[in-house]
Amino acid sequence: MSFEAHLFLAVLEGTVSAFVLAVTALGLSLVFGVMRVVNVAHGELFMLGAVVAWWVAQQAGDPLLGFLLALIVAPLLVGGIAIAADWMVLKRIDYDPEATIVATIGLLYIIQQSTLILFGPDARAVEAPVYFRVQFPWFGYSGYKLIVAGLSAGLLLATWFLLARTQLGLYMRATQYDAETAQAFGVPVRRVYAAVFALGGGLAAVAGVLVVPIQQAHYLMGHDPLLLSFIVVIIGGLGSLRGTLVAAFVIGISDGVISIFFSPTLAKILAMLLVALVLVVRPGGLFGAKPA
Amino acid sequence: MTKALTKGRWPLAFALLAGLLVLQFLLPDYHHTNVARILVLATFAIGYNIAFGYTGLLSLGHAMFFAAGLYAAGMTAHDLGFSMPLALLLGTLAGTLLAFLVGLVALRTSGVAFLIVTLMFAQAVFLTTLYFNEYTRGDEGFVLSEEIRRIALGGTVLELADPDVRYNVALGLFALCYLASIALLHSPLGRVLIAVRENEQRTQMLGYNTFAYKLLALTISGAFSGLSGAAYALLFAYVGSTFASTQYSIYALLWVLLGGLGTTLGPLIGTGLLFYLVEFSSDVTSSYLIVVGILLILLVLAFPKGVVGTLLERWKRVRP
Repeated sequence: MSFEAHLFLAVLEGTVSAFVLAVTALGLSLVFGVMRVVNVAHGELFMLGAVVAWWVAQQAGDPLLGFLLALIVAPLLVGGIAIAADWMVLKRIDYDPEATIVATIGLLYIIQQSTLILFGPDARAVEAPVYFRVQFPWFGYSGYKLIVAGLSAGLLLATWFLLARTQLGLYMRATQYDAETAQAFGVPVRRVYAAVFALGGGLAAVAGVLVVPIQQAHYLMGHDPLLLSFIVVIIGGLGSLRGTLVAAFVIGISDGVISIFFSPTLAKILAMLLVALVLVVRPGGLFGAKPA
Repeated sequence: MTKALTKGRWPLAFALLAGLLVLQFLLPDYHHTNVARILVLATFAIGYNIAFGYTGLLSLGHAMFFAAGLYAAGMTAHDLGFSMPLALLLGTLAGTLLAFLVGLVALRTSGVAFLIVTLMFAQAVFLTTLYFNEYTRGDEGFVLSEEIRRIALGGTVLELADPDVRYNVALGLFALCYLASIALLHSPLGRVLIAVRENEQRTQMLGYNTFAYKLLALTISGAFSGLSGAAYALLFAYVGSTFASTQYSIYALLWVLLGGLGTTLGPLIGTGLLFYLVEFSSDVTSSYLIVVGILLILLVLAFPKGVVGTLLERWKRVRP
């Protein structure tokens, strides 16, 4: 393949992973923005989505039916777990920033190890729901990956609509701006918190469902999405939907392109240093108003 | 802090150290080694506490300072045949220097951004240990032989491989750092660091260069972490890239938070507690982390300010 073809493929792959990353990171960003909770277990919710998708696909038999069912079951189940965690743990420690970090680390271990016990240590593949190839001048490309990008874009739009045009979205924005004043004006802040935590988990779970036919389900797969989502949220600027999107694309695509030129490990080292330097120049992120 | 507590701090500290000195004669072999390990790791926790507990710098990358000490000491001793004290010194310096350099850049950010920047730098260090695995042996790591872990002191030779020597060297280093951390906390410098934690802007208004103080705190923290890493390599004879992974940065955070943020005794209590939590639960089940996870949540529900922090708070409420 020629160099242009390599570059094009890298950009294409980068774009697809950027869309999935944007959905995952948006979940983290909402939880972080509205609740001020650093959810270290966010990657595990992503992993749960993938594992549930595998399980549903096993039950359903048909890949397409399984995929569609998983898109409904996974976010509901993971959202339910998130609400339970909010109610049983986070609410009781009063969302204290340091205590929530310990609590979500605990949650991370519990989810990860329960999955290990129930699901086993092996990586499991899930058949893609649809098979077709899109022919480019240089190569054919998996149509499913393009569908993933499209569905992700739809989810991002839907989340934007929820935030900007509905009453729940208004409550969420009011709580993010000033929880105490919002409460004084009759916003049910506690219920908004539960809803946001569930929504954040649900987004991660859907991203997991989308990714599993490309990546395979494995109980340790939550680590990288967590790290990348953290980077995206911080680079994009806290609570900025636009920033989260832009950062997801910058990171997804540059990750793909850098890895053409350098060995994967060196590419990762460079990416890490680059991210650190961006933050040093703009501590509030690219779109953040001021440092957190 | 109440007057009685302030008065009691040195006698209490020495009583604790005396207790640890006596403890080695009471412990069975297995726990003897464990406590030596806890003492070395608690030194790391003390270093982390100076950054996070005293100064409010929430870092998630302290494993890189520990690893800097670990590799600097381990590689100079293993590959270049440096003597033990020199390797220990170089390890400490490596941690100090890395913390200073990282601080120069990372301290331009604060809060959660600082957490992420330190995480990124630590990840870069971790990947570097993998990338140069020709020298570091990457994941697999390398072992320091008994021959090079000897210190000639006049006529006698100290064998670091000997459990009793190991315990007392670990205790000595821990005592040094523990007492230094108490002295630091109550010194004028320590007061400024706490002021930075409580309200950085106001401290700045009072004329303090808060950036310089934060950099100093991070550098001291790096020195302790580097010393701990170096001691770990030389006392327990193993150097590997696991110690540079995010897991160890999380451990440092957990030790300090469990024990009690910003308390001098907290790091030791937290380290011991988590060490034995992992130890006991791995006897019960192979996926012991699930037990650790449940216990972490129960602990944080029962002791939201860490064990020592919450107890201190209750004690103060009883005796105003």
